[in-house]
Amino acid sequence: MENNMYLPFRSKIINIKPHTDIDYTFRMEFTGDVKPGQFFEVSIPKYGEAPISVNEIGTDYVDLTIRKVGKVTDVIHTFYPGQYLFMRGPYGNGFDVNIYKDKELIVAAGGTGLAPVKGIIDYFSNHIDSIKKFSLICGFKSSSDILFKESFKQWNPKIETTVTVDKEEEGYDGNVGLITEYVKKLEIENIREANVIVVGPPIMMKFTVQEFINKGIKEENIWVSYERKMCCGIGKCGHCKINDTYICLEGPVFNYIKAKELLD
Amino acid sequence: MGFSLNLTEFKNIFEELKKEYTVYAPKLFKNKGTYSDTNMVRYDEIHDIEDIEFDQKSHYSPKEVILPITQTLFYFTEDEVIEPKFNDKKILIFLRSCDIHAVKRLDEIYLKNGGEDYYYRRLREKVKFVLMQCEKSFENCFCVSMNTNETKDYSLFIKRKGDILFIEVKEEEFLSYLHNGKSEEVSPSFIEKNEVTANVPKDLDISIFKSPIWEEYASRCIACGRCNTVCGTCGCFTMQDIFYKDNVNTGERRRVWASCQVDGFTTMAGGHEFRKDKGDRMRFKVMHKIYDFNKRFGYHMCVGCGRCDDACPEYISFSNCVNKLNKVVKGEI
Repeated sequence: MENNMYLPFRSKIINIKPHTDIDYTFRMEFTGDVKPGQFFEVSIPKYGEAPISVNEIGTDYVDLTIRKVGKVTDVIHTFYPGQYLFMRGPYGNGFDVNIYKDKELIVAAGGTGLAPVKGIIDYFSNHIDSIKKFSLICGFKSSSDILFKESFKQWNPKIETTVTVDKEEEGYDGNVGLITEYVKKLEIENIREANVIVVGPPIMMKFTVQEFINKGIKEENIWVSYERKMCCGIGKCGHCKINDTYICLEGPVFNYIKAKELLD
Repeated sequence: MGFSLNLTEFKNIFEELKKEYTVYAPKLFKNKGTYSDTNMVRYDEIHDIEDIEFDQKSHYSPKEVILPITQTLFYFTEDEVIEPKFNDKKILIFLRSCDIHAVKRLDEIYLKNGGEDYYYRRLREKVKFVLMQCEKSFENCFCVSMNTNETKDYSLFIKRKGDILFIEVKEEEFLSYLHNGKSEEVSPSFIEKNEVTANVPKDLDISIFKSPIWEEYASRCIACGRCNTVCGTCGCFTMQDIFYKDNVNTGERRRVWASCQVDGFTTMAGGHEFRKDKGDRMRFKVMHKIYDFNKRFGYHMCVGCGRCDDACPEYISFSNCVNKLNKVVKGEI
């Protein structure tokens, strides 16, 4: 049994919080070192494994926000608190909070892309004095796709928050339009120093990063987190490799200087 | 130390070896080839020295011995995972110089990249190599271009000439088996020239991604993945869970070989897929073999065995592609 990294451990579901019809946050028993942006391989025997990023870390738990979108996650969504999932990890590099301290930080997240960066937002929301200014822009398909509504309430006064949905809706009076439009409007105090984190679907990341570069943000101050198919999480299965980089080992969080070289 | 033996003498030794080792070697399967009336040469467990195919290149590489096509990682019940029992009998593999080099590439990924793979190491540490002589360079081989034509990494070397076997023993433990053999100077002679040369461009970088040379593969490649399957250095796998019909709460998790050329290799839950274009997949594979593996580990992944060219039903040639790349880099096309 020594060093068999493929053997998962059992983890109890402490509670489940639904955000939308298809996005639930599962609070899982876990003690050990883990960083925001890292991921676990979560599995149910018979159905398979899926890499899921961590969005909140407690002393004896981790929160995993899981969208019902595939073979494994469809089944996970039928589980109840008190039942168990299998997990192995955490894997990947995760975000390093020290990079962003004492500077201005902007986080732009699209859809479930908010999950891997939520740990960073929580951290600075709780340590708001350790950062100069924090702006958050989140885009969702529609108002019913908005995740972490309760967290927004906690973040909002401290963090300058913009939530937008793709299209006009009846009875919705919030912001409408793509993230890029709100990036254009965003006021950045120190454009040469500000750090930016962009996470979301590939197309959203591409155009959002471009918009920040157009505004004058330095490439080396932009960070992204990539999502890829992964079967092992430990540099063997080859599915996530791009050029000489293994997303599971060197990523999923990359500085844009590196990320822009990662062409699939 | 070298010996010569006749077939009968060697058969006795082989019987002794089989007590300690499971022996794998290329074997001829009559009429099992891809096309009608063709044969197949592939690896199998060998019980008789006469079953070893010395004269032809095996269509498949020996990687399946240490990286099985499907490998059970563990069995599960509803709340428990159990590792499969492990056979600790030692393994001898008969293989050629390029194949020994190919195993080194698998070692790099499975033993060093991101930590040790438990299942690979267990099999790998039981393995000893028996080098086979290449009497001639086979069709599509370009080992000399890839510097894999020679090796010192073997325990035994065996060459067969009619009914006489010549054996070089590099590892002492095997001397005890050969005490009856006639002492003789034996050492391998290596291929020094192939008909095919692959000129791996030195100044390659990712700007080549934009080159139109990949376009032809978009229409030629049919994404069958045979090139990956026969390659001695391709080690990608996909995780697969199965359950038993009679008791759906028990089953196993296993890994199976995967191919970067086949649909679905990058498909994530929700259906998003990278490299939909088969030209991009060819580019991904070729660049891994002659550019980015080298960037990461300091030597090229491709060993020049040419099996991908042998296997391709669309007659796509890897070495041709490499030579074309070289011309693009040099500005000749």
